[in-house]
Amino acid sequence: MAATIPYEYKYLRSKKRFPHVWCPGCGIGIVMGSIVRSVDAMQWELDDIVMVSGIGCTSRMPVYVDFNTLHTTHGRSLAFGTGVKMANPDLNVMAVMGDGDSLAIGGNHIIHAARRNIDITAIIVNNNNYGMTGGQFSPTTPESAKTSTTPYGMIEPGFDVCKLMDGAGASFVARGTVYHVTELDNLIQKAFRKKGFSVVEVLAPCPTNFGRANRQGGPVEMMQLLKDNTINTSQLKAMKSIPEDKVVRGIFVDRDSVSYGERYRNLCEKAKKTAEGKA
Amino acid sequence: MIIPWGETRLVQGNEAVALGAIAAGIDFFAGYPITPSTEIAEILARYLPLLDKKWIQMEDEIASISALIGARLAGSKSMTATSGPGFSLMQEGLGYACMTEVPLVLVNVMRGGPSTGLPTQAAQGDVMQARWGTHGDHPVIALAPCNVKECFELTIRAFNLSEQFRTPVILLPDEVIGHMRERIQFPREDELYVESMPVPDVPVEWYQHYHETATNVSPMASFGSGYRYHVTGLTHDVLGFPTRKESEVNAKMNRLKHKITRQLDQLEDVRMHDVEDSSVVIFAYGSVYRSALAAQAILKKKRKKVGVFRPVTLWPFPDRTVKENLDEKDVVIVPELNQGQIIHEVERMTRDSVRVIPLHRVDGYEITPEEIVNAVMEVL
Repeated sequence: MAATIPYEYKYLRSKKRFPHVWCPGCGIGIVMGSIVRSVDAMQWELDDIVMVSGIGCTSRMPVYVDFNTLHTTHGRSLAFGTGVKMANPDLNVMAVMGDGDSLAIGGNHIIHAARRNIDITAIIVNNNNYGMTGGQFSPTTPESAKTSTTPYGMIEPGFDVCKLMDGAGASFVARGTVYHVTELDNLIQKAFRKKGFSVVEVLAPCPTNFGRANRQGGPVEMMQLLKDNTINTSQLKAMKSIPEDKVVRGIFVDRDSVSYGERYRNLCEKAKKTAEGKA
Repeated sequence: MIIPWGETRLVQGNEAVALGAIAAGIDFFAGYPITPSTEIAEILARYLPLLDKKWIQMEDEIASISALIGARLAGSKSMTATSGPGFSLMQEGLGYACMTEVPLVLVNVMRGGPSTGLPTQAAQGDVMQARWGTHGDHPVIALAPCNVKECFELTIRAFNLSEQFRTPVILLPDEVIGHMRERIQFPREDELYVESMPVPDVPVEWYQHYHETATNVSPMASFGSGYRYHVTGLTHDVLGFPTRKESEVNAKMNRLKHKITRQLDQLEDVRMHDVEDSSVVIFAYGSVYRSALAAQAILKKKRKKVGVFRPVTLWPFPDRTVKENLDEKDVVIVPELNQGQIIHEVERMTRDSVRVIPLHRVDGYEITPEEIVNAVMEVL
């Protein structure tokens, strides 16, 4: 890109809020970078962007970006975001959440945000555990994995975030990883462009907790796992079926459906016409 | 014309709350159905789309109050309505709104508890929950209407106080008040006073979301207005960013407290009837106040003199006025639709020589004037 203001000065609260809270080897910073580049590609005004989050490692992200930022209570980011978006539909609202935040305590809110098709982009950083509180199991912890609350191994099956969001009615559903960054930038931009509820699940390592508990090695080894254990949808085309040990990256849902905001505007018009008819 | 300005109508309490909200300039309502408050949501669902205002039924009460806070930060005056079980769920968001100083109005039409309790019957069991329901020290303003007209007026006042103090305000009608119908005279539209929080006029780089001011309340910018800031439930500095610095934590906590305690005169609202020259006083609020007034009239016919003291603003409690007026009395009778909540505040503000006598009812029925008369006759 030609000589423009570097991203860190234009988009981050670079002078005030760093260093950040994330551990060495954490994937969340990479997701933040991807969001910043995607915002730049969208050419949105900073004043028109709202980043909402809940509680957890990922939810600390709003402190660092120079948008309108709202760090809320655990699991509720989409409920707060729904209020923001309804009150001022001109704002571009995104919610950043972890797996526990979005799918356990916030599970009810995310399925209803998807069903309602509210025009918000949800970015779920999935690191398979609760990092901030020291590595307890989450709804995406794989079976038999060890965490501080599953010392004998996880016995519950996990959620497939993308299938869940597809079923709940989201307009756009995709999965990426923090290893495949160019791909991730592309997915987040597509999600931003989509009218209605869009979701990007980002697989990310947590070397401090999940990686250590499951002897997955350090940050480099965990990145290698993301590379080795995932395939994208175009690679998948050449195969007969999804290999059992692989997680698929790519876009799973991309449909045009009327967003909640548009439905609500139509409702107001209809209500006014009905009232005039009666009068 | 949704509000019949200047006219006389037969109106239900919950309906009057909904109309009061419209009069006060509500922009956004989010709620979840619950008896006995549901009429408020239903009436607003009908009217708000006609006014191009926003209305949404959320997936639960936690989501409802969360949406309100988001909407207010984006510039919309917001209200929700609920009852006991929903009020319990809303405590999380209520604390967040107190901490982040976001104005909103929460109507809790009180029903019998605990738990699911008596959904269709009246109680005053949430008075202490309104004060201390959410965790941590926090400011609270709560108002208790006693009739349908006050449902309209106090809803407007609740909006105004929330804007003036930049904090949530709780309206506490009980089921009897919410569901009763009375003939009320609406004010003229030019009599209406609507308060809106001042918006900042400083340059963007000077803006502090929690600026120190004489009143401890600072102007609040909306998302999208060009002032970008951070909001968090973590203890924060004047800019809104998380802090653990002692001086900044103390400054925040003191400001939250002082914005209420140093402006008590703006909040206090009490009604006194023959309190000064009576040695026995009935202390009552909400629907029970009506029984207290009726009891006073019955006793007057029997040539027995009692006073009636009623706090309209329940929180902050009118400490000084209670002390000044009740500390020399022989007996204060406190009838409540609970097992004793506000009575502890009365005891706290009166010396030991004052006999403070409870009169409880928790079976869902009103305390009758006769029950109060009997309680008075026992001590006279």
